[in-house]
Amino acid sequence: MKIIFIAWKNCWQKAGATTLTLLLLSFGVGIISMMLLLENQLSDKFNKNIKDIDFVLGAKGSPLQLILANVYHIDAPTGNIKVSEAQKIIKNPTVKEAIPLAYGDNYEGWRIVGTTPRYAEFYEVKLKEGKVFETPFEVTVGSYAAKELGLKLGQTFKSNHGLDKEGEEEEGHDQLFTVVGIYEASGTVIDRLILTPVESIWEVHDHGDHEESAHAGIVSAEDHDAEDHDAKEHADEDGHDHAEEEHAHEAGHDDHEEEREVTAYLLIKRLPIAPMILPQLVKNTNMQLALPAIEINRLNENFGIGMSVVKAVAILIMIISFLSVFISLFNALRERQYELAILRTLGGRRIQLFVLILLEGLFMVALGLIIGLVLSRVGITLLSDMAKDSFHDEFNAMIFLPQEYYLVGVTLGLGVVASLLPALRAFFMDISKTLSND
Amino acid sequence: MAIIQTTNLQYTFSKGPQLIFPSFQAEENSELLILGSSGTGKTTLLHLLAGLRKPTVGEVKVNGLLLSSLSGAALDCFRGKNIGVVFQTSHFVQSLSVIDNILLAPYFSNNKVSKSDAEKMLDRLNILSKKNKKTSTLSVGEQQRVAIARALLNNPSLILADEPTSALDDENAKDVLNLLREQTHALNAALLIVTHDNRLKDEVKQRIELTALKS
Ligand SMILES: Nc1ncnc2c1ncn2[C@@H]1O[C@H](COP(=O)(O)OP(=O)(O)O)[C@@H](O)[C@H]1O
Ligand SMILES: [Mg+2]
Repeated sequence: MKIIFIAWKNCWQKAGATTLTLLLLSFGVGIISMMLLLENQLSDKFNKNIKDIDFVLGAKGSPLQLILANVYHIDAPTGNIKVSEAQKIIKNPTVKEAIPLAYGDNYEGWRIVGTTPRYAEFYEVKLKEGKVFETPFEVTVGSYAAKELGLKLGQTFKSNHGLDKEGEEEEGHDQLFTVVGIYEASGTVIDRLILTPVESIWEVHDHGDHEESAHAGIVSAEDHDAEDHDAKEHADEDGHDHAEEEHAHEAGHDDHEEEREVTAYLLIKRLPIAPMILPQLVKNTNMQLALPAIEINRLNENFGIGMSVVKAVAILIMIISFLSVFISLFNALRERQYELAILRTLGGRRIQLFVLILLEGLFMVALGLIIGLVLSRVGITLLSDMAKDSFHDEFNAMIFLPQEYYLVGVTLGLGVVASLLPALRAFFMDISKTLSND
Repeated sequence: MAIIQTTNLQYTFSKGPQLIFPSFQAEENSELLILGSSGTGKTTLLHLLAGLRKPTVGEVKVNGLLLSSLSGAALDCFRGKNIGVVFQTSHFVQSLSVIDNILLAPYFSNNKVSKSDAEKMLDRLNILSKKNKKTSTLSVGEQQRVAIARALLNNPSLILADEPTSALDDENAKDVLNLLREQTHALNAALLIVTHDNRLKDEVKQRIELTALKS
């Protein structure tokens, strides 16, 4: 038998009285740990994907929406821009590189993005198998999308119109996309995208579109989740009739060249003066230039305030729970003074009683800590499932952050502090007086 | 050599009475009854003998060793090894079973006592069947037996009992007294009982009456 065994038994003996303490403690720890995990992974995702993108050129609307849609692929695009109109900006000498992104279709809810091979290269994503797309209707699939969709090399599929999986078969296109390659997992947005040449998107949507070239969006954003995107140029694609017109379009391509549209360009600047020059060029167009770093900072700030409030609440809960540890130990001491005095009579030393009370406090705190850390992992797993459904993204619940070591350390430290006074009281107890009192 | 010997013991509470005790001693395999009505200082005397309280005047020798020469952990350890105390009310560690409670005695005094020794002790006191019960589920009489088992498990040379019978009916009181006596003989120890229970008066030959009380 050891002091530690007695402390353990005592801890459970008071289970009823300690339930509230444990509950408070584990909620406090759980919330803080969950915030840490979320903050860490979100900023990781944001920073990884922002990489060296200096600007996003896209249709007018909310700049944040433009960024979220085109850098993180989690919101509906603001609309489309004309390739011809974008030329004067992307060909500007201050711009080093412009990567086009064209939306339009999805496969089982996973976004198909028309772009160039530079897009994946830019994120330094390597090929796992096959090759990078070259000709229209070839696709190279991100690792996570490939895994979830079960796509294999050489497999073909038909796309659905829009960004979200739509039940109606009529909305599908007849062209078959062929998987020619699969990317390696990279932790960037590429993982959850299906990449294809821009021309694939154009060709899919050309059919039946030429007579309505006046309207802005070949690439419609029929995202029902995002109703209030005021600047979004809704495109009604009701008039599709591919089969009849397929042959008629082979020749018509060149005529359409000026009317080609994309959703956005990701720009990398060559010269530091680019931020002064480029905004002038988009004036009086229906395009906008958004700066990812600034928008994400703004988002982080707003998010940060929310996080701080939640953290403050969690810290409050923790403080209350430490008070509760203190009070429950202190009260228990009153009831248990006789049994502690008996332990001294049996030969127990003062320091042993001190350690006993301290250990009881520590056990309580450690138990709350473990429950809290488990709770936060359960929470993150649930969140991850939600993120998986809505963004095709996930959070890793099975990691342990360095900040959490601090959380463990601080919590145990405060546990010692909360048990110190009761333990000292046990240390200095007058056993004779206690035992004469009955 | 006497197992316990006191000389000129006095204790004065800071805001209370001054207690003056007669000197006495007890040998191996002997019994001593200290009688006194309520408030005459019986419990105080027992605490002085156990080294739980230091006398204002006078000294206590146990096994030839002056208790006042020990302090702190050494005193706790000496008490644990040599003195078994049965208090007026039995207190136990609520979270532990009967057997674990009595095993606390050897644990805290660093004595080597095996679990089977502890079981034998419970058997001798007729409570072996309760060994895995929580002490709070036991009757008062059973609790007293457990307290006695705990006091005896370290084979102490001095057994101190504070009012061991006052809460019990005649039959149980007799039982407990016999138990204490038997075990004292078995261990070749000295048994010292302080009580106001006059039923014990005729049972024990060696008696001291406490009367002295100065305010
Ligand atoms: N801590 C104390 N302070 C002051 N007086 C005390 C204290 N403890 C006991 N007394 C007094 O000392 C006397 C002896 O008490 P005690 O030894 O408990 O007597 P008994 O056990 O014989 O009933 C009583 O009069 C009691 O009121
Ligand atoms: Mg008394």
